[in-house]
Amino acid sequence: MKKNILLILSLSWGTLLPAKTIRVGKNLTITSVQYAINIAFEGDTIRVTSGRYLEKNILIDKKLFLIGENYPILDGEGKYEIISIKASGVLVEGFKIINSGESSIEDFAGIKIYQSRDVVIRNNILENTFFGIYTQYGTNCTIEKNTLTAHNLKEEQSGNGIHCWKSDSMRIIANTVSGHRDGIYFEFVTNSVIWRNTSFKNLRYGLHFMFSDNDAYITNIFQNNGAGVAVMFSKRVKMFHNYFEENWGDAAYGLLLKEIADSYIENNRFTKNTMGIYMEGASRLLMQKNVFESNGWALKIQASCMDVQLTHNNFIGNTFDVATNGSLVLNNFDNNYWDQYDGYDLNKDHVGDIPYRPISMYSMIIEQNPSAMFLFRSFMTSLMDKTEKVIPTLTPENLKDNFPLMKALPL
Amino acid sequence: MNKIIKYVIIDILRNKIMLAYTVFLLLISVSIFNLEDNSAKGLLSLLNIILIIIPLVSILFSAIYIYNSAEFLELLVSQPLTRKRIWLSVFAGLAISLMISFLIGAGLPILIYEPTAIGVMMTISGVFLSVIFAAIALLAAVNTRDKAKGIGIAILLWLYFSLLFDGLVLFVLFQFADYPLEKIMIGFTALNPIDLSRILILLKMDLSAMMGYTGAVFKSVFGTNIGTIISLLVLSLWMFIPAWLSLRKFNRKDL
Repeated sequence: MKKNILLILSLSWGTLLPAKTIRVGKNLTITSVQYAINIAFEGDTIRVTSGRYLEKNILIDKKLFLIGENYPILDGEGKYEIISIKASGVLVEGFKIINSGESSIEDFAGIKIYQSRDVVIRNNILENTFFGIYTQYGTNCTIEKNTLTAHNLKEEQSGNGIHCWKSDSMRIIANTVSGHRDGIYFEFVTNSVIWRNTSFKNLRYGLHFMFSDNDAYITNIFQNNGAGVAVMFSKRVKMFHNYFEENWGDAAYGLLLKEIADSYIENNRFTKNTMGIYMEGASRLLMQKNVFESNGWALKIQASCMDVQLTHNNFIGNTFDVATNGSLVLNNFDNNYWDQYDGYDLNKDHVGDIPYRPISMYSMIIEQNPSAMFLFRSFMTSLMDKTEKVIPTLTPENLKDNFPLMKALPL
Repeated sequence: MNKIIKYVIIDILRNKIMLAYTVFLLLISVSIFNLEDNSAKGLLSLLNIILIIIPLVSILFSAIYIYNSAEFLELLVSQPLTRKRIWLSVFAGLAISLMISFLIGAGLPILIYEPTAIGVMMTISGVFLSVIFAAIALLAAVNTRDKAKGIGIAILLWLYFSLLFDGLVLFVLFQFADYPLEKIMIGFTALNPIDLSRILILLKMDLSAMMGYTGAVFKSVFGTNIGTIISLLVLSLWMFIPAWLSLRKFNRKDL
């Protein structure tokens, strides 16, 4: 028995033994990262000391651990893709990656993963890259604690921060992305999680989701992006505990939902957006325990949505609580707190005795004729709203909260 | 001139109505700020008061005052004073006392409870509206000899500026819904001092909603410093033009 253990130990020692550490540095014998990669074997570690490396494209084609000490700079000189990963199990950690190439034909990236599994990209600083970290056909990769900053001013000259295409089981954790086209971009990505990221001041969306099913994004902060966050054509998406803040502009939404089904939106905060949530063609959603605060429109729900269950949310200080574009309502709005509710609670069960209609006539008028914003908060429109509340004509009859809460929920 | 202004102001301040107006404003604004835990809601109620009650009181009080002081005006005209001087002094007296009432009744509480850009803009707008509607009242009063008719015209003018004009705008908007009217709407705001001050205040207050498309157009015009200065200039024009027209009429009027 003892012999066997020894045998196993010595065998595993034998496989581990060749794994060595190669040091790269300006004052060391090996001065080129690419050269170190070429002479390394599977499983080796390459440690790069600080300095500025002009290496054109660095291609990693075997399982290596590439670790930077004190953030060595890999400079793409505005012409090249900086790191290309074409092997599984690679680790890239601790680099400062700057100035990737820019192209309208090729998607140059700071770090690009090609058809690999179990790649870890951790603790890197990416500056002025076209695409930041790009994955195509990646599986089970981790992109963690990276900081990505770009400075382009035009959408068409700018790539996405973290871009995943046709990938599966990805973990995007605690990254900070700003100044890109889309902060985080998912297309055909499944079973993945986006957790604790901060995405702000991106030109288009903070997070852009397309055709990506079974994903979750949790506790992220999306702030001040050109158009907020867009989740489109996806199923079974879970959105929990995120912050959507200060997305201002005519086409800016805290959260844009288009053709979404079977999803959960819970415990999020929507603060100071022109539109908190805009949804179109959404079905079978459960939205609960969200807070909508100081938005222009808290919720724009188009008549194409069905089976949206909106319950136990707080609506506080929004200019318009709900707007819609038709009279068909197939959604449920019960049991929310609306600060604009002026009903009463005679039996003291903390539920208002008369239904609340969150949609005002004026918000319907604005929907049809945006120029009517001119009359915003005028005597005229408040008169119209009051009469409409008594006898609804233009606003959808069924869009109402039958059990409005009298007190805000502690969220 | 200063003497006449002083007489007018003392005369108005002796009038209990002005005092009641001040107390009424003070009560409303203080209670609004104290009752509402949500300061945004309180400001909204105040917005309605500033946009509706202040023009109404200004225009009615001024019109009635002019009619009631017809004999005083005749007496003054018999003195060695130019008519221009007399009329402007009466106007100044009215404007100053209305302004004082507003500032004590609403301006002070607003600036105490809400010392932000919103509060400042509300106070400025209230002052402008007080004076503008006094000027409009002067114009209405000088053009009609009959007191009942003159006061009726003043009420109608108030109704027009606070309600009918907006109805007309809404009508125009729906008639020409197929055309881009955002820019034209900016021109429309210049035609109504109440709308202009409302938009100036709202740009400071409902920022998120005003960032929608039309709101963004407004913001790009009124939100800049130049835009604010131009709108204040337009409000000043609303003060001077009616006052000047009424002065012209008064100069030639057979009392």
